[in-house]
Parts: sequence; structure tokens; C-alpha cells
Amino acid sequence: MKKIEAVIKPFKLDEVKSALLAIGVQGMTVSEVRGFGRQKGHTELYRGAEYVVDLLPKVKLEVVVADELVDKVVVTIKDTAKTGRIGDGKVFVSDVADVIRIRTGERGDAAVN
Amino acid sequence: MKAWIFGAALVAAVAGAAPAWAETAAPPTVETLMSAYSDLRVGVDTVWVLVAAMLVFFMNAGFALVESGLCRAKNATNILAKNFIVFAASTLSFWAVGWGLMFGDGNSFMGTQGLFFLSGADNSPALGEAYAAMNPFSTSVYEGVYSSINWTPVPLWAKFFFQLVFAGTCATIVSGAVAERIKFKSFLVFSFLLVAFIYPITGHWIWGGGLLGANNFRDFAGSSVVHSVGGWAALAGVLVLGPRLGKYGKDGRINPIPGHSMTSAALGVLILWLGWFGFNPGSTMAAMNGSAIAHILVATNMAAATGALGALATAWWLLGKPDLSMILNGCLAGLVAVTAPCAFVTIGSSAIIGLLGGILVVLAVVGFDKVKVDDPVGALSVHLVNGIWGTLALGLFYDNDVATNVAALATGLSRSGQTLVQLKGIVYVGVFAFAASMVFWLLVKVTMGVRVSEEEELEGLDLGEHGNSAYPDFATHQSAFGHGSGLTAPATRPLAAGQPATAKS
Repeated sequence: MKKIEAVIKPFKLDEVKSALLAIGVQGMTVSEVRGFGRQKGHTELYRGAEYVVDLLPKVKLEVVVADELVDKVVVTIKDTAKTGRIGDGKVFVSDVADVIRIRTGERGDAAVN
Repeated sequence: MKAWIFGAALVAAVAGAAPAWAETAAPPTVETLMSAYSDLRVGVDTVWVLVAAMLVFFMNAGFALVESGLCRAKNATNILAKNFIVFAASTLSFWAVGWGLMFGDGNSFMGTQGLFFLSGADNSPALGEAYAAMNPFSTSVYEGVYSSINWTPVPLWAKFFFQLVFAGTCATIVSGAVAERIKFKSFLVFSFLLVAFIYPITGHWIWGGGLLGANNFRDFAGSSVVHSVGGWAALAGVLVLGPRLGKYGKDGRINPIPGHSMTSAALGVLILWLGWFGFNPGSTMAAMNGSAIAHILVATNMAAATGALGALATAWWLLGKPDLSMILNGCLAGLVAVTAPCAFVTIGSSAIIGLLGGILVVLAVVGFDKVKVDDPVGALSVHLVNGIWGTLALGLFYDNDVATNVAALATGLSRSGQTLVQLKGIVYVGVFAFAASMVFWLLVKVTMGVRVSEEEELEGLDLGEHGNSAYPDFATHQSAFGHGSGLTAPATRPLAAGQPATAKS
């Protein structure tokens, strides 16, 4: 099992979510986050003075799936979240030691399917 | 002040208790008493008209809160800026030419005399002979070029300010419908044009002695003059702009885009409800007929109440839940609908008019979405649909006794006759206001563009149009005293932890 975390532009969430559901992802966790990458945010203007907003609003999407689905999920996120402009975000993939479904006590792949 | 002194002198003289300084003066004659009473009358009327106008002015706050609350946080600064600047723009353009076109003597289409900056002759508060009943104590006869509004015994600037806040309301209506995608400067230019040319011309037809008012068309406080004209202008704008990104899916799905603060929206509607007690009752533009003012105020409140209840019931039945945003729209719908008929119909009729307005607004919101006309705040459903409904309802529920005693504008027509006249007016106003708005919107589109870029719309207009955000409090930016990355140290040494601010180091 792998955990796929994607930090994406907030307005792309709906599109990415529908695309993931369409390829068989069963659930996900989404949080509103702030962050920056290489561009270090942007400048805003208040009463004539500029200030830097480096931490921009983003959405972080977390999905845990069985190994065979990982590539498909990554490609789907990459394709649907892409605008081609700076700030599209990143996808992180990591190993997950175990998953437990609280209601039934199922473990591993059975708990994410 | 003058009126107060005369009034006090009058009271003192009548009571036979004139102070020592007055004993040496000549005893009051009938003429001086009449003149003093006339001045007192003018003072009382002026206070009422100006206080009512101030209530209508406060509706700007209501619109700002409703519209920003029903839109997303990323566009809040932009909407507030639009609502704020629109009254400033209206003030200038109504002063420059709007007033003259609307109330200047001229032909049945528009005013032609005293066009610019209220420069025409005018000896207000003198009254025209036909309206001597308004102030029987005044012997001066009106001489000037704004004779269509010489029936109210108040000074010219009181008339101007009262009419100005109505013009401003009309322009504000547009702001909500075109929200979240329009360029700020394009909206500003259109607002100038709307208040300078479109609003005053249809206004002249109805209130300025033009072709509709002279032919028995009635609109007491502006269901047509203010609300449907604003609605038509908004509709043209929405059609030129197109829907917000993501509002309508490719498969025909309607995606709701919830507003960011129902608290703000609800407070805004309460402020508008209050403001309407200036809007309609103030349109008597005179204070002395107390029962007329009371009738109009209660009719206004009744329609607001039944409008809210009508929308509540319709939303509950049709959509499954008593949606607050629909209740708020319903209250406004009732208020808009009763604005024309409030002085022509009984209190019972106004309750029915409001109720139907509340039902209508929910159906209209759903209907506009079905035909993919994207109106973020329901301005078309409230102001256009119910402006038309209210104008029509004046005919359907017309009561000649109320029209005589409250509006003092009875036509003597039957209900069906009045309804036909109203229908004709609705068509005239609709065709002109929509067509003229469309021409102006297209002109703006060709010369400066109307819509922000796709990227800006997604990021929010606050950032794109104004360079900052409405709610920047999240600790994301480097402030002068922050600890963000790359911060240069403040010029003064920061206090050590726990050190009191007053301690000397």
C-alpha cells in the first residue's frame, strides 16, 4: 500500500476528485493548507505598500491505495491538476505500513478497498 | 433654522405670551402668520424627505453586505469596492446630467431644460398652482424648469438628494448580478453611463412628466423606475459576460457556488428592510399626510414579511429545506414588488403581492439557473422579476380610494384598465432599458473589455483587481513585525520574552 499526497490548486479539487473516483479510488482526505514552492508566493499591495504573501492557499489531497493502483492515481492527478502554470503543486508517494478500518477491524488492502 | 424661529414666534404669539422683545414688534397679521406657517411646513417636510433619503442611502450598506456575503471570500474586496464606489459615481453623474434628463422640462421622451448640474431656474419650495393643497399657506407660485417635481414643498437640494439615492440604488443592483467576473473599471464606466443616461430617461417617462406618467402609468416608489431598470441593465451585463467559470458543467450540470458569509448576507437584508422604510414612505416627499405615510410603511412591511414567508414555504416545498439565502431573497422580492403599488392598494393586497413575490423569486432563481443565466446574488430574480411583478400588481390590485387618499395620484381606471396601462409601461421600460444597456455594455466590451482573465477569475478578483485580499489575517505574509522567512530585522531591537514594554534596557 502506498499513500499518495498531492498539493494542488484549490479550484482543481473537484476535477481531480471526480477523476480519482472514476478510476476506482474509494476514499480520500482533503485539507486546506498553505504553502509555497520555488516561486515563493506573490506580492500584494495594501495602501500603497507591497508585501509578500509566500504561503499561498492550496488543497492537500491524501489517498491510500493498493500498490497496483498507485501509478494510475499518480498519472490521473498529474493530468487533471495541471494548468501548466507555476503553482500547480506536487505529488508525494510513500509507503504505508498498515491500514485499519475502525468499524470492522479489517487490515491492509482490505481496509482501503 | 428659519422655520424654527418663525414657528416658535407663531406659537408664542398665539398663546399670548410673547416675550418682552416681541411686544415692541408689530402684531402678527394673517399674512405673516401664513408665511410663518408655510416656512414651518417646509421645514417639517424637508426633514422627513432628508431623513428618508438618509435611510435609502444606508441601503448601500445593505447591498454591500448582501452581495459580498453571497459571493466567495476571494472576491469580497472587489464587491465591496464596487458597491462603495458606485454611489460616488452615481452622485457625480446624476448631478452632472441625470437629474436634468429626468426632471427637466422637455418632451415626453426626456428632459431638455436645465440639463447640467441643476443649473435651470427653480424657486422651490414654491409649489405649482395645481398642488396648492400641499401647502395652502404658501402664496408663492412655482417658476422654474423642473416643474414635474414641483408638487412637493421642499427645497431643490432636498429633492435632488432624495432622487439621487434612488438613482444610486438602481446602479447598485447591477453590481451583484455581474459579480465575481467583471473588470472593476468596466463596471465603474457602465455605472456612470447607467445613471447619467438610461435611468433618468425611463425615469422621465414615469416621474418626469414623460410619456408613461402622463398616460396614467403609475409607479409610486420605483418598482419599474429603479428596480426593473437596474434589473434590465444587470441582465444585459450578465448576457455579455457569460456565467462564472465552473458554474455550469459540460454535461449541463448546475454547480452551486455558495457564498462565504450568511451572517453578512442576513445583516445586509435587515439593513435593506430598514432602508425601505425610507424608500417607500419617503416617496410621499412630504410629511403632513400622516395616514398616507403610515399606510405605505405598513404595506411595505407587510409585503416584506409575506415575501420572506412565501419564499420560505416555496423553498421548503420545492428544494426540501428552508434555505436562508432564499428567505433573504424572498424578503427583498416582497419589498421590490410592493414598491410601486404600496400607495395604490390596500394593506391586505400588499400582503398578497409580497407573498406572490416571495414565491416568484424562488422559481426565478431556479429558472435563471436552468437557462444558464448566472446571477450570483439573485439580483435578477429580486429586482427584475419582482420589479415587473410589482408594477403589474399595481393594476391587478388597484384601489381608487387608496390611490386618492394615500398616493393622491388616482387614475380613476378600472383594475383591468390600469393593468393594461401598467403592462404597456413594463414593455416600454423593458425594451428601452435592456436595449440601451446592451449597447453600453457592448461599447464597454469593445473598448476596454468586460471580463477578467480566466486565471484572475480562478485566483480571485481581490488579488487581480485590487492587489490584496479581504481576509488576510492568516499568518502567511511577512509583516513588519513578523517572523517570516527572509525578513530583514526590524530597526528597533525586539523586546526579550517576558520583558515589560515599559522597561528600560
